[in-house]
Amino acid sequence: MGTLELDQPGKTVLMMGDEAIARGAIEAGVDFCASYPGTPATEVPESLAHVADRFNIYAEWSTNEIVAFEAATAASLAGLRALVAMKQNGVNVCADFLMTVNLAGINGGLVLVAGDDPSAISSSNEQDSRNYARYADLPLLEPTDFQEAKDMTKWAFEVSEKLGLPCILRSVTRLSHSRGNVKLGELPEKKRTAKFEGVYISGAFVAAQHAALHLKLEQAREEFESSKFNFYVGPKKAKFVIATCGTGWLYSREAVAALGLEGKVGILKIGTTWPLPEKFIVDHLKNVTEILIVEEVDPFLEQNIKILLAEQAKTLGPIEVYGAKSGHLPAYGEMNQDKVTQALASIKGLKTRARDEKYVEKARELALAYIPPRMPTFCTGCPHRASLWAIKSALKLDGRDGFVTGDIGCYSIGAGPAGYFQLKTIHCMGGGIGLANGFGKLEKFAFNQPVIAVCGDSTFYHAAIPALINARVHSSNVLMVVLDNGGTAMTGFQPHPGSGFDALGRPAPTVEIENICRGIGVEVRVRDPFEISQAVQDIYDMLQEDGPRVMVFRRRCFRIEAKEKLQKKYYVDQTKCIGDDCGCARFCSRVFNCPGIIWDQEAQKAKIDEVVCTGCGVCATLCPGGAIKVRGAAS
Amino acid sequence: MTLEKDPLNLIIAGVGGQGNILASQIVATAGIKEGLYVTVGETYGASQRGGPVMSHVRFSAKAQCGPLIPEGEADIIVGLEPIEALRIIADYGSPRTRVIVSPRPIYPIWVLSGQAKYPPVEEVMQKLGELVAEVRVVKAIEEGETGLAANVVMVGALAGSGMVPIEMKNFEESIREIMSPRDVDLNLRAFEKGVELIKGKARIPALSKPRRHK
Repeated sequence: MGTLELDQPGKTVLMMGDEAIARGAIEAGVDFCASYPGTPATEVPESLAHVADRFNIYAEWSTNEIVAFEAATAASLAGLRALVAMKQNGVNVCADFLMTVNLAGINGGLVLVAGDDPSAISSSNEQDSRNYARYADLPLLEPTDFQEAKDMTKWAFEVSEKLGLPCILRSVTRLSHSRGNVKLGELPEKKRTAKFEGVYISGAFVAAQHAALHLKLEQAREEFESSKFNFYVGPKKAKFVIATCGTGWLYSREAVAALGLEGKVGILKIGTTWPLPEKFIVDHLKNVTEILIVEEVDPFLEQNIKILLAEQAKTLGPIEVYGAKSGHLPAYGEMNQDKVTQALASIKGLKTRARDEKYVEKARELALAYIPPRMPTFCTGCPHRASLWAIKSALKLDGRDGFVTGDIGCYSIGAGPAGYFQLKTIHCMGGGIGLANGFGKLEKFAFNQPVIAVCGDSTFYHAAIPALINARVHSSNVLMVVLDNGGTAMTGFQPHPGSGFDALGRPAPTVEIENICRGIGVEVRVRDPFEISQAVQDIYDMLQEDGPRVMVFRRRCFRIEAKEKLQKKYYVDQTKCIGDDCGCARFCSRVFNCPGIIWDQEAQKAKIDEVVCTGCGVCATLCPGGAIKVRGAAS
Repeated sequence: MTLEKDPLNLIIAGVGGQGNILASQIVATAGIKEGLYVTVGETYGASQRGGPVMSHVRFSAKAQCGPLIPEGEADIIVGLEPIEALRIIADYGSPRTRVIVSPRPIYPIWVLSGQAKYPPVEEVMQKLGELVAEVRVVKAIEEGETGLAANVVMVGALAGSGMVPIEMKNFEESIREIMSPRDVDLNLRAFEKGVELIKGKARIPALSKPRRHK
């Protein structure tokens, strides 16, 4: 039994931040969870799906974030408790609904988990979703550690239900994807049944609803004043205080300790960052003359505290504020202890415990110049390597300086060496086909470059269809290549409408990509990219046609294939491989560049790295000498 | 309980696909069973696909630590791959750092394409030895069934080294809890193998003595 289901209140277990959020939702009696996968929030719904039967939860992977949010809101309107989780970009996708559901209100507790990704470790931007809380006048909670992730989530349902508003819980990658101690709480007895009553319309009396929303926010502020998630640690009457939230609390506490400032610097930890608990903050700033604000990405807390300080200027007197605006901390990238220590030391005129310069210089020299860099690449056996190889080869044959617009998914790595630098644009979900259908209408300006939009299968359903319809009705010259690997691979192979199974792994109806394309009225072909010569020929042929066309390169993600069946073992027959005498320029390792094929320095021939190879066999098709073979097969 | 050094900072470094995250999960769960606060900061996402992956594991008897180890503050590095162990030193190493490393290279694609060279492994070990207090080489990836669980062999080596104050039974219990039932026995054998390898029943060349940097 996993820790999520453990009915042992008081027991301490190791939990990932996302799991802790899921456990908090379970302890709150969550009934409904709809989401679209996105790093770092994926494991919240995934965890709930794992225990859906045990706790009578409905869990689904929705087509995209706005559909997920609307579905979850329906559950709330019927009196249930519902959760929706998404990465920061996903909040943009559901923003349209967010900006009206705040006015129309909700019924059962509704929690939106926004997983932000400071430093964009696995994202195309590092936007700070907290701004949506202020923008939409919604309550915002920011947990600092694993225990709070659980406890705050549980509380978020109560806050939401009390106010009749969705409550936003903001996590970040370093909380969602880190692990730590969580003391479990009690599992509830669930009793809710669904029944819809009342009227929820935004638009009838908007100004009045907006005014009422502001009153609800004041009610939230009252509630937050006494929250246990807001607290002060440090000397009484400290003159210098750090105000912080989220992971900033952990980094700040360590930075204060590292500089030995425990007796001089207090820390004001704020868990309810919108609306701010103003009385609580003002009470703790009465003796303060300097304040450093530590948070991740935007100066959100900083700006809101500055407004409060301006309003309270008569009571509090002048207070020097340090943070992003003062230049002591960056308003970009993820926070860490070193940044806080540096900021604190520079304000206080202290020296940090510096590393030995010569040591660092030597170590950095070795890391940067002596050892080779390791770029992320497609997994061995990944169909995207073959697909992008086919696209690259066809564009070269075509010779009109064609290019590829990219999208969001594993294949984004194709912008680098793994995909032979083929992707020239990457923005948001569906952005590739949207751009391509604009490029495809530039012929009257002497534009004659062929354009290929690559798009993942999950991305296709999520955001690409309106752009494809647009391309069809405007006869845009675009070739869309759907890289269909059977699931949402980047985030861990969650199902999508074409997968044929649901969030709980049960069989589900499918909506076929090619049927959608045919319905739209565009030409569509379906090919296996591992049949690589055919794939190159098809792409080349389709590049010669006008109007919108779709190629579906269909081949399941190898990570999943490998789990399901024993793979073939390939090897290089070194009696057939003649090394550099071949004239292939080490095609398999150097040009095709799959990490499963290495160069045997002793033999001066190619060799399969059996630890890495997954046995897809594409290299065996491509090897001009026919030297790559299946172990045990007749030669 | 108290720790001699608090927090005690461990980094597990390797390449995406080597089972780095599972290794850190086993170590961290064992730490919690020992009654410690443990925080694990992990790299995910794009870096999973053949890129460098590292887990920061921090033990404290006092409080929950932040998920990232400050610069130069790694006490122990477990390298699942030689150059990845060396790469970590630049940001997190110090002359006090102790290293346990598997000598089996996983070649980056730029090496395969001829744009970069992979240095000789013995030389990498020497360079490592010049920068840290101790390097212990554990041949975790070999032929045979435990080669599949090299990450857990390295966890066994860490447990057997005595560098982390966690009892053996807590490691074994966490393997039983975390692994799916059909994989438990294989992984317990891999763990035992690691414990043996580090204890000198197998060859463990001590490459360098602790040295001081001023």
